[in-house]
Amino acid sequence: MGANLFRNLSFFSATLSFFLLVGIFAVLFTYAQQSMQEFGFDFLLTEEWEADEDDEGGIFGGYIPIIGTLLSTLIAMTIATPLAMGIAIFLTEIAHDKIVKPFSIAIELLAAIPSIIYGMWGLFYFAPIVQLTIGGNGVGLLTAGIVLAIMVIPYMAAITRDSMNTTPDVLKESAYAMGATKFEVIKDVVMPYSKGGIIGSIILSLGRALGETMAVAFLIGSIMSIPKSITDPTTSIPVLLANNFAEAQDLEISSMYYLALILFVVSFAIISVAKFYFLGRNK
Amino acid sequence: MNRLVLNKVVLVLSTLSAFIGIGFLFWILITLAYKGMAGLSFSLFTKDLVEGGIRNLLVGQFTMALMATAIAVPLGVMAGIYLREYGEESKMTSVIRNLSDVMTSAPSIVIGVFVFALLVEPFGTFNGWAGVVALAIMMVPIIIGTTDNMLALVPKELREAGIALGGSKKQVILQIVLKAAKVGVTTGILLSFARIIGETAPLLFTSANNQFFSMDLTDQFPSLTVSIYNLATYPDEASRQLAWSAAFVLTAIVLFINLVGRYVTRHKQ
Amino acid sequence: MTLRTILTATVAASVAFTAVNAADLKGRGASFPGPVYKAWTSEYFAATGHKVNYTPTGSGDGIKSIKKRMVDFAGSDKPLKADKLVKAKLYMFPSVIGSIVLSYNIEGVKDGELKLSRAAVDAIFTGKATHWDDALITKNNAGLKLPHEPITTVVRADKSGTTFNFTYFLNKINPDFKVSKKPTWKASKVIAGKSNSGVSANIQQIKNSIGYIEYSYKIKLGLPAAQIENKEGLFINPTVASFQDAAKYATWTADNDFYAVIGDPAGATSYPIVAATFILLPTEKTEMNKKVTAFIDWAYTHGDKAATELGYVPLPASTKDEIRKYWEAKKIK
Repeated sequence: MGANLFRNLSFFSATLSFFLLVGIFAVLFTYAQQSMQEFGFDFLLTEEWEADEDDEGGIFGGYIPIIGTLLSTLIAMTIATPLAMGIAIFLTEIAHDKIVKPFSIAIELLAAIPSIIYGMWGLFYFAPIVQLTIGGNGVGLLTAGIVLAIMVIPYMAAITRDSMNTTPDVLKESAYAMGATKFEVIKDVVMPYSKGGIIGSIILSLGRALGETMAVAFLIGSIMSIPKSITDPTTSIPVLLANNFAEAQDLEISSMYYLALILFVVSFAIISVAKFYFLGRNK
Repeated sequence: MNRLVLNKVVLVLSTLSAFIGIGFLFWILITLAYKGMAGLSFSLFTKDLVEGGIRNLLVGQFTMALMATAIAVPLGVMAGIYLREYGEESKMTSVIRNLSDVMTSAPSIVIGVFVFALLVEPFGTFNGWAGVVALAIMMVPIIIGTTDNMLALVPKELREAGIALGGSKKQVILQIVLKAAKVGVTTGILLSFARIIGETAPLLFTSANNQFFSMDLTDQFPSLTVSIYNLATYPDEASRQLAWSAAFVLTAIVLFINLVGRYVTRHKQ
Repeated sequence: MTLRTILTATVAASVAFTAVNAADLKGRGASFPGPVYKAWTSEYFAATGHKVNYTPTGSGDGIKSIKKRMVDFAGSDKPLKADKLVKAKLYMFPSVIGSIVLSYNIEGVKDGELKLSRAAVDAIFTGKATHWDDALITKNNAGLKLPHEPITTVVRADKSGTTFNFTYFLNKINPDFKVSKKPTWKASKVIAGKSNSGVSANIQQIKNSIGYIEYSYKIKLGLPAAQIENKEGLFINPTVASFQDAAKYATWTADNDFYAVIGDPAGATSYPIVAATFILLPTEKTEMNKKVTAFIDWAYTHGDKAATELGYVPLPASTKDEIRKYWEAKKIK
């Protein structure tokens, strides 16, 4: 293999991500055309999702799965953010060196557990607890949101920890020397210093939570209705796709591509913001 | 509130968060071990799904993940090499680097939808290849990221020494830089393998599932994770037990690979 | 382990794969006949060595899969009308008869104790009755202590022929209710499950719930099921005998590819929600179709026992003969 060929091959591989990204967008956009032309942007605000008897047409709107996705993610972020911050503070500022390592490994293992396991465990062990303490049927928006939170916590905590760790010791020590408490050092030195990384980690986790499928599929209830209370079942874009994509056809499957496109574009935008603005990796 | 009290409160809450996190890990693992081990037996691994075992599912899942690795590793490592060794600090390198970072977090279900359009719809059947490609698409950006990062850790001096000895750039990359970063790159591959072997969403409508033993990638292919998804919501005790056992085996594999990866990084660098 | 060994190992492994065919025949679709097809396929395998892989996903998936020619045959509880069959180039015939029961999870109410009038069934599934102690329900259940708890109805998350047949019955009671494989439910508390399995699992898990499932799932899981008021105004327990009585009212002819919805049959002893389930075949795949009909023919001859044990009703012998003639006429036997 010549040197040039090697360089070209590696260049080709490097551009692959770019082409994949464009390819995914193009394919989803193309297959969504039928639905886009039929419903346009009203799709976003239409509540019905009903196929004709022969499955060739019908009315399809993305409102319910979109709302379900947003609400479950919102619940997850509300719960996950303080806990993840707490864990990061514990690991960087509180814990003794000897405990940091096993705790870090444990938190990272939590991130490695496949999402389907979270779903299964959530359905059989967590949903009954929610039902008993808060009400509802066990499965629903709240249960999905909480388990989603447990899933993104380790991820968010790890990035936050890493960025908090970049705070120079000199800064912290001079604050301590002036009599600051640990909390004041965290609040006035560590947090401002690692602000970008922390915000980035939150946004990145948000992007992850939006696209999470399996855990939510077990827990959200998979029903096309607007939740009236926090424990009510509803559905989300990934769950609708997981359950009904393979059996849909014509206008209905095109509408599913439309939903997939929306999810892809939104999570791409969110993750890009996190990566480009807050977590630039251009060392 | 007194600032010292406030300090205490925050420290206690933070410590509590950490223990809550650990608590969930143990809760999930203990549940899995308790429910999963109840169904562990020799025949679980020698029988196929149709007879109440997971042999074909394990073989199928590993086959797809390994094939995906075979596709993703050369592409991902080469791309990482380009970004770090050839890309210089150009604007384009930085854009590509960030884009592949973004791809790491792309929703896996959307990748499933994309591959369905490309490899299932045109061929008229769910097939193992589609599953392989979906997993490979998930894997490439992760490997690009870790390779890129690991190559960055190799000291500049090593490269300069190589060039000074009369090596071409390609020789230096392959024989010096990549060798120096070997452990890190391999660990990255290992961890990304652990990540994709537990994936379900990209397989649901690409490989789908098969209750019989099959090595035919042009047809519906057995998948451990898809089976867990189906079995777990079955109402009968036998199916649920099988789901728990399968879930236990899957988690054990994933966590084992992760621990090996971490051990290797810690002891070889 | 180096990169190279990982690579060579995986490449070697991939080369070693040969096309080992998993199944001789591939089918997808209705989960309603799932249990009986599973029994038939394993008995057929034991008897002949032929593998039939049937995935009980749901009728909607089955119809789509066969239209796209993704499978060799499809199962559907929703029969297709003649023009749809011509358009999609499909053959159709029934395989077995089953029934839909209303299964519930109410503390203290045992199997067969709950009596549901036609009005009560309608009220529950349209949301007119929101609690178990609604007058419409208690009227026929004087002896039962029904709780003042909200009713959770369990429905299907996927497109389903079971839903089609159940809504067909609802439509007979209340013409406003649209017959559909996946309607928009108006009941106040609704939970969805995937396939008959998912619905059964939800009923087991959720207190004060009620859902519609295929009878064999009730039998296998020991779920309690309600007596339902039939066309003649009598409350009928779901039993194989009451299904057989209902099945007598079905009429099938080869002229319209056996299109028939039994729906809400007449007869004082008939259970009211009985349905046939159908097999769909692609007209152009003559050789494959012969393999499928060989399997079904085997099941018609040897599978009645398994079907009855699981709570299905075998087709009448005369109908089976007529279907065999249909195959011969289409040259797929």
